[in-house]
Amino acid sequence: MDILIQQFVNALSLGGTYALLALGLAMVFSVLGLINFAHGDLMTLTGYTMFFAIGAGLGLPLAVVLGIACATLAAVAMERVAFRPVRDANTATMLLTSLAVSTILHMLFQNLISARPRAIPVPSWMIGAVDVGGLAIGVIQLMSITATALLLIALSIFLRRSILGIAMRAAALDFPVTRLMGINANAVVATAFGLSGLLAGVAGVLWLAQRGSVDPLMGFLPVLKAFIAVVLGGLGSLAGAVVGGFALAFIEVFLRAFLPDGWLPFRESITLTLVIVLLLVRPEGLIGRRENVR
Amino acid sequence: MSSGPEHLLDVAGLEVRYGAIEAIRGAGLEVCKGEIVTLLGANGAGKSSFLNAVMGLVPLAAGRVALDGEDITGETPEAVVRRGMTLCPEGRRVFANLTVRENLAIGGATRRRAGDAATILADMLDRFPVLAERHDQMAGTLSGGEQQMLAIARAMMSAPRIVLLDEPSLGLAPRVVDTIFEMIVALQHHGATILLVEQNVDLALDIADRGYVLASGRVALSGPASELQASGEVERAYMGRD
Repeated sequence: MDILIQQFVNALSLGGTYALLALGLAMVFSVLGLINFAHGDLMTLTGYTMFFAIGAGLGLPLAVVLGIACATLAAVAMERVAFRPVRDANTATMLLTSLAVSTILHMLFQNLISARPRAIPVPSWMIGAVDVGGLAIGVIQLMSITATALLLIALSIFLRRSILGIAMRAAALDFPVTRLMGINANAVVATAFGLSGLLAGVAGVLWLAQRGSVDPLMGFLPVLKAFIAVVLGGLGSLAGAVVGGFALAFIEVFLRAFLPDGWLPFRESITLTLVIVLLLVRPEGLIGRRENVR
Repeated sequence: MSSGPEHLLDVAGLEVRYGAIEAIRGAGLEVCKGEIVTLLGANGAGKSSFLNAVMGLVPLAAGRVALDGEDITGETPEAVVRRGMTLCPEGRRVFANLTVRENLAIGGATRRRAGDAATILADMLDRFPVLAERHDQMAGTLSGGEQQMLAIARAMMSAPRIVLLDEPSLGLAPRVVDTIFEMIVALQHHGATILLVEQNVDLALDIADRGYVLASGRVALSGPASELQASGEVERAYMGRD
């Protein structure tokens, strides 16, 4: 029983990170129809910002804040510089643009910093575990679950209560009519990118806390997972992205924990097979397009 | 070419092209304050294109749009709405996965002062009681007629100086259409100015002050609604014999 709960906590923690990333991808997709390949590089940017901030002796809390702020600003700048000029172009053009942005950022990270990982020291108090009702739960996991929960709650309040938040959900349903409400299209798109950057930044911090180092390709794998989560949850649905992120993490964590040793090398392929089976049964994703975040 | 301030909306020489296709070839009209003006025409005559172009939703190839004497040609739809003209689009297009409350809230997004929006909202719920009953329901679960009322109320939430209504009778049962049209008349009595695009010629001319008939992208006929109704020329213009 204990091991089950332990794995449950692991899955919740990993799922939170996937969910934040997937939500960022889904936000941009829902208003622009763009899958932003450069999303993962925002995570990486958070990592390097923290690396340099800590190197400059600014301390961890400030480094975290700067890292997240940098990802947010970079996402807004990305939209302004790269995506706005091609907004009315077809989907393939936007997709290629995001690929180009991602490649340019990789090259910059590699050539200006280094292709090798840079260590970001995780303070010793984070390594340990705390006792929660007789269970030893990792501090990092606890922080990660808490951060995810708070962020998801804040975001859901924003999307339901504020005019801009309602406008973002409306834009996902019908962008031209949203503009007929007097809502500035650029403001909606910029907000979507800003929030996606914020989410990628927080996810970057959580990812780094587990890994302890940053390299130019750091964001690639988690965002690939987040993309799978988005499709699994239902492309275009914000709630779906969150559900997909947790579902994917649960599949991964429980396979890792309970697969026989001989099968472990095939973990990823078994995960993806399960995802494909789920999509065959529910092609619209776990939460179909009809059900956006309310 | 008249463009005096007595015209609330003044459109002249409007041209819209989709690639090689000319949807609108130099059409114009005027709407005075407090009027209901109807723009008629057969399917594909370019009525919706005309409205979309006036709102800035589709680019103009040529022409000029003035609101209350101010040139607004080429402005974005959101800027046009903020200046006081809005469009209630064809097919209603309410935000199906948003509640009635949220649909109305976003309609009032341009009313920056919360007090303004609350006053207009109270007025709209008074006018469309069914929306008050369904306040927390998803807009997509409303009936067609209720959705049309919501779409009109949502447009009115921005307190527009003029509202363009695109085919409010589309796909609705005759009895429901009558109700909607009564509400449009009530809006006029309340001081609204309306440009109404309709396929239902008789109903539209019944409530309109003046009418224009669009055929193959041009204004084929125009005049006071009563004269258009009496003359029988409307049907001929519909056939495109201009």
